[in-house]
Amino acid sequence: MTRISVKVDGTAYEDEVEPRLLLVHYLRDRLGLTGTPVGCDTTNCGACMVDLDGKSVKSCSVLAVQADGGEVTTIQGLASADGEWHPLQRAFHEQHALQCGFCTPGMIMAARDLLRENPDPTPEEVREGLEGNLCRCTGYMNIVRAVLAAAAEERRHQAPEPGAVAEHAEPSTAGSGAPV
Amino acid sequence: MTDQLTGREPEVGRARVRKEDARLVTGRTNWTDNITVPGLLHIAILRSPMAHARIERIDVTPALERPGVVAAYTGRDLAEGLGSLPCAWPVTEDIVLPEHPPVAVDEVRHTGDPVAVVVARDRYAAADALEAIDVDYEPLPPVLNMEAALAEGSPLVHADKGTNRCYTWPLATGEDYATVRERADVVLRRRFVQQRLIPNAMEPRAVVAVPPDTSDQYTLYSATQIPHIVRVMMAVVTGIPEHRLRVVAPDVGGGFGSKLQVYGEEAIGLAVARKLGRPVKWTESRSEGYLATHHGRDQIQDLELAATRDGRLLGLKVDLLADMGAYLMIVTPGVPLLGAFMFPGIYKMDAYDFTCTGVFTTKTPTDAYRGAGRPEATFAIERMMDELAAELGMDSVEVRRRNWIGHDEFPYTTIGGLTYDSGNYESATDKALALFGYDDLRSEQRKREERGDPVRLGIGVSTYTEMCGLAPSRILRDLRYGAGGWEAASIRMLPTGKVEVLTGTSPHGQGHVTSWSQIAADVLGVPFEDVEVLHGDTRTVPQGMDTYGSRSLVVGGVAVHRAARKVVDKARKVAAHLLEASEDDLDFADGVFSVKGSPDAHKTIQEVAFATFTSHDLPDGLEPTINAEHVEDPEAFSYPHGTHLCAVEVDTETGRVRIRSYVCVDDVGKVVNPMIVEGQVHGGLAQGIAQALFEEAVYDEEGNLVSGTMADYLVPCAADLPDFLTDRTETPATTNPLGVKGVGEAGTIASTPAVVNAVVDALRPLGVTDVRMPCTPERIWRALRDARSARPEEGSS
Ligand code: FES
Ligand code: FES
Repeated sequence: MTRISVKVDGTAYEDEVEPRLLLVHYLRDRLGLTGTPVGCDTTNCGACMVDLDGKSVKSCSVLAVQADGGEVTTIQGLASADGEWHPLQRAFHEQHALQCGFCTPGMIMAARDLLRENPDPTPEEVREGLEGNLCRCTGYMNIVRAVLAAAAEERRHQAPEPGAVAEHAEPSTAGSGAPV
Repeated sequence: MTDQLTGREPEVGRARVRKEDARLVTGRTNWTDNITVPGLLHIAILRSPMAHARIERIDVTPALERPGVVAAYTGRDLAEGLGSLPCAWPVTEDIVLPEHPPVAVDEVRHTGDPVAVVVARDRYAAADALEAIDVDYEPLPPVLNMEAALAEGSPLVHADKGTNRCYTWPLATGEDYATVRERADVVLRRRFVQQRLIPNAMEPRAVVAVPPDTSDQYTLYSATQIPHIVRVMMAVVTGIPEHRLRVVAPDVGGGFGSKLQVYGEEAIGLAVARKLGRPVKWTESRSEGYLATHHGRDQIQDLELAATRDGRLLGLKVDLLADMGAYLMIVTPGVPLLGAFMFPGIYKMDAYDFTCTGVFTTKTPTDAYRGAGRPEATFAIERMMDELAAELGMDSVEVRRRNWIGHDEFPYTTIGGLTYDSGNYESATDKALALFGYDDLRSEQRKREERGDPVRLGIGVSTYTEMCGLAPSRILRDLRYGAGGWEAASIRMLPTGKVEVLTGTSPHGQGHVTSWSQIAADVLGVPFEDVEVLHGDTRTVPQGMDTYGSRSLVVGGVAVHRAARKVVDKARKVAAHLLEASEDDLDFADGVFSVKGSPDAHKTIQEVAFATFTSHDLPDGLEPTINAEHVEDPEAFSYPHGTHLCAVEVDTETGRVRIRSYVCVDDVGKVVNPMIVEGQVHGGLAQGIAQALFEEAVYDEEGNLVSGTMADYLVPCAADLPDFLTDRTETPATTNPLGVKGVGEAGTIASTPAVVNAVVDALRPLGVTDVRMPCTPERIWRALRDARSARPEEGSS
């Protein structure tokens, strides 16, 4: 057993863990933070992505002991303290970028990382940036739309024009109808 | 469109964002693997490493020595309380129905067949202890090739049955095929292979079984599409009385048919919970799921198409071999037959001759995978139409026009014996051609060919239809299916004016909570926000037939609509009493009953609901409720259709395929929520394209699954897929009051042939007439090489 201290979604924890315990199982089974799911055993699906010290990682490929002294953000810690959703959460909702929602936590965490590195990506850059995340439901198109919409919103937020109010993401233009 | 009288915008047709999303985007989810209960133990399952072997000896006692291990069982230990896993679709009278114990007792018949079960305090301890179990296997010959399996002297998957042939199911309609064939100018023969696929719902399967304790019931949580069917079947398999078994499908992360199943692990969970009196959980790892969760497709299709010189179809002959795998699961034998009626597609012809033979092999059982039988049929006919066009030097759209059912010919009874109620293939096709820029792409294609461009352009067409809305119960009887095809809904009008809709459908990504709210809100005239939809728990919703086969809206959504209409009918009686008017004198609009001619006299439906709650002032004999339920047995299947067009660039030097554009115009009838419909189409396209280009479950000659992990089986990621241009035409179904047809499988069914047709179209000038799926660079390269060596004199023009 090894003693670790780690901050998860703003709360500090100290725990004795087996050295082989995966971070994702620590989050799910020990801390009860089940918002981060497990979709594979070969680090292919990305469902388990969380943010560890400012980088998105697949928490199924990190040991809990490796997170010792670190800070983890999961999908459950993404909304602001007053419950306001992260722009990506909002955009995924508005652009219908989730169906079953199993891939969504990982997609959002990966997209957040992507936008930190590249705040104004092209659709191709979004597709390539999400290569480590699989979704079986959506065909990805709405996920790409959502990431672009969130990027646009965050850029507006960062540099608001004088007097401009940060608005929700633009509704999709293609397809059969903008969401209401 | 706004209601002229009330100013209320109809909910049906609006792109409502989903009610489901709030929990899902914030991680407040309830996947089965998230569920924990006091005293929970964990199950791990030892699985056969061999495709076929006799279990000579098995000893689980060493596992019991391992730390944290509570119990360990062999198949024989569990056999006492557990029956065979069920097949609900014995398609012929003489079908071979093998025993299928949840844990193998004497013999294993595919890699991954369970042989022992360990129960421990946590998932790591359970998994560790598996290696302590001793098993001696006596290898038996694997059975891997369907044609060899049927040959005299082949080793047998089920020796006691004396054959690997599961069934043969024939259908011959119209004129005699052989006679019709005599009249043909052209007879085309092709063999297509529908490769085996792994469904890959992103949520792995999981089961939590809780014995009676603080509740008097067993509770089974399962990542399933079919909680209601699982309840009935688990009662039969485990002997737990049905009324003492509650089945819950919590949040379920996709299914695509793979969770339309009654699985051994559900039975194992209940059996162990019963033995130990402790709650247990089993969650598959992805690689375990690749062996243990059913596969899809896997057919060899021999086709013969007879036509006239001017491109008119005369007859179609289909000979199928369908791989059942090692056992018959819930609808394994029926899946290919869901396609039996669909091979003729949207086309008119004089004769149709179909035979399907189901074959046992030592592989993971197959069963429904998105489309289930219909993608296979659509692929075959749409590929054949392109082959015919090529043979006759005709445009591939033109050859379809000459044969399809005209929009003025509906309702039309096809050669397959189905009556298509409505459709307009002309208008969907014209719209798709315009969006696609068909003529321009054809001329670019010619130019590239003329200049010998190593990157060729190919254009693929797929004009599909499918049968949805499973299913009219009497038709299911005729097909020897073991249950009905109805769906149930009930509506509770709560005293505070809120509404609960209970649906027997069991969504796992389809957005039923949102769409059913829209349907109910319209009929009842209540706000969308005031409707809650409950599902997936046999205690809350006792009656249901669950979600698969694009049936939920067409059967379950219609049930909601009709239940809501019954609420209004009941409310009308109460309102008439409250307003002291006759029922006939009441108008009902926008949730308000008003007396004709005196609009000031009115009651809202919520007021009526409250009046039945107090019941202080109801006339004698009037039941004090306006709650209602409806069980909908559809009168017919529904027939969505559409035209899909795909342009690919194929690099003849590397074999790489790039989808340049993909356009589809689908006609799914009336649309409840266009945003959800578009999402269903996108997801379907991705899976159909994946079959065409990427995915295949590959076995080696020992019967090991080579593509046994997500690292070896290519589920496409965002970078592998293009944007889609989707649009719709709207020809309402005439067989249900909503005019809806279903959309869950359309994209998958249509897209596979569109893509493969495009690939072959690109390479046809180089002598290629087929590329086997998935059309990988290697397969394309080989097809080009073979074509070149077959026509050496033509070189690589
Ligand atoms: S669960 Fe971590 S990548 Fe799949
Ligand atoms: S929404 Fe189901 S896997 Fe992405």
